[in-house]
Amino acid sequence: MIELENVAYSYGGGELLGDVSLSLSPGSFHFLTGPSGAGKTTLLKLCYGALVPTSGQVRLFGQDRRAMERDDIAMARRRIGVVHQDCKFLDHLSVSDNIALPLMVSGRDLLNEAANLKELTGWVGLRERAGALPPELSGGERQRAALARAVIMSPDVVLADEPTGNVDWEMSQRLLRLLIELNRMGKTIMIATHDLALIRAAKSQVQARVLRIASRRLHLAGADL
Amino acid sequence: MKLDLSPVTEFLLADAQADRVVPPTGFTAWLTLFSAAAMGFLAVFALALSLATGRLADRWGNELARSSTIRISAPEGQMAAQTEAALRLLETTAGVASARALSAEEEAALLAPWFGPDLPIDQLPIPQLIEVVEDGAGFDAEGLRLRLAAEVPGAGLDDHTRWRQPLVRAAERLRLLGWLSLVLIGGAMAAMITLAANAALAANSQLISVLRLVGARDIFIARAFVRRFTLRGLGGAAFGVLLGVLAVMLLPGAQAEGGFLTGLGFQGWHWLWPFAIPPLAAVVAFFATRTAAHKTLKDMP
Repeated sequence: MIELENVAYSYGGGELLGDVSLSLSPGSFHFLTGPSGAGKTTLLKLCYGALVPTSGQVRLFGQDRRAMERDDIAMARRRIGVVHQDCKFLDHLSVSDNIALPLMVSGRDLLNEAANLKELTGWVGLRERAGALPPELSGGERQRAALARAVIMSPDVVLADEPTGNVDWEMSQRLLRLLIELNRMGKTIMIATHDLALIRAAKSQVQARVLRIASRRLHLAGADL
Repeated sequence: MKLDLSPVTEFLLADAQADRVVPPTGFTAWLTLFSAAAMGFLAVFALALSLATGRLADRWGNELARSSTIRISAPEGQMAAQTEAALRLLETTAGVASARALSAEEEAALLAPWFGPDLPIDQLPIPQLIEVVEDGAGFDAEGLRLRLAAEVPGAGLDDHTRWRQPLVRAAERLRLLGWLSLVLIGGAMAAMITLAANAALAANSQLISVLRLVGARDIFIARAFVRRFTLRGLGGAAFGVLLGVLAVMLLPGAQAEGGFLTGLGFQGWHWLWPFAIPPLAAVVAFFATRTAAHKTLKDMP
């Protein structure tokens, strides 16, 4: 579904990633780890088409990223749910509307999707907070709302960038359980995190591939994880 | 060339949900409303000026072109005879529909605006005036002048050309100036709305990145901004036009004594013209915002 082949990415004269190859196959579960500034977010952005590689090839659902027009990228994004650490909501819309945003932009009739939206809001435990505005939410609630928004279109892939960075251990476990549940539904998951405890906790519940970025290269992590 | 109306139909069949993604307030909202209202107000006056000067040019061009004046300056004893001779000559002149000597009362009325109503006209050596009305073909002014010089030595023909043409030209220039003002007002409005739209897009770059993240096509984002700004342009211009029409209604009505300045308002069905301004302002806002939005979105990473 998402393939990177000998991808390098440079910015401002410096190479951030070099010779990275990666394939996210359907139903797979990946952790992406490495120290802060190693290039985890850059790699995720390459995976959802926000960045164009300096060299090598990125293919999103079979399409070469370089040959994709803006509309092609928009269509690909509807098949990729993205959860950011800082969440990025529209603060003038309610939590429920923010979760429904992918439906709005794709022209779906929200009245027809009302039941799904309600179910999803309940699934992430935000049914009581559906009418609140994003600034009124706690860190954990924001992350769960972002996850709900990422999956409302039933995407093939969910990419999460430090989804547990701003929440306590209990909440990070709750988010992890939601992501594992999505994976069991057949979704491809990739989580970028530097939280090794989270990776260890997940490995007992799901068969996950752990990738580490070090020295601008992508490596399969060792048995220590 | 096939006219592509899809942007307009998409605009009219707007998605109420899509409208909500752009925050409803902000300084650009007030800037657009104020600009559109001010431009609508000014456009009413530019339109009134154009239409009034158009009427003036038509009147001066048509009505005065059909009449001439013969002025007879002769010693008191010869005035009646020369007037009679001139009228006889006019009766046999091709192209003259009618001719008549103005009465003393009519001449006094003509002089009243300058000398007042109590002018003792019978004690002053006032020339006798003869009003000549042309028929459709008109007469040969030069030939008539020569005949008058031979048969009525005190007569002089004024066919109004000398002063009418500059006036008609001035009125036509004023009319052109009015239309040019309307075009400039439209251009200035487009420029201001473009600036406001650019500012709104720049201020909402975070919103745009979120929309793109969740799979919004640029046309969806552009449409949300275009619709918002078009409606603001329409609303602002409608308010400005309403104020402008009220202001024109309060202007003094057209009076012969006041001349041009008192006839600056609208007349008859011309009162409907100002109501074309808000839809035109909306069209200007639509294309200005659409162009700005597409350019800005294209340039955004």
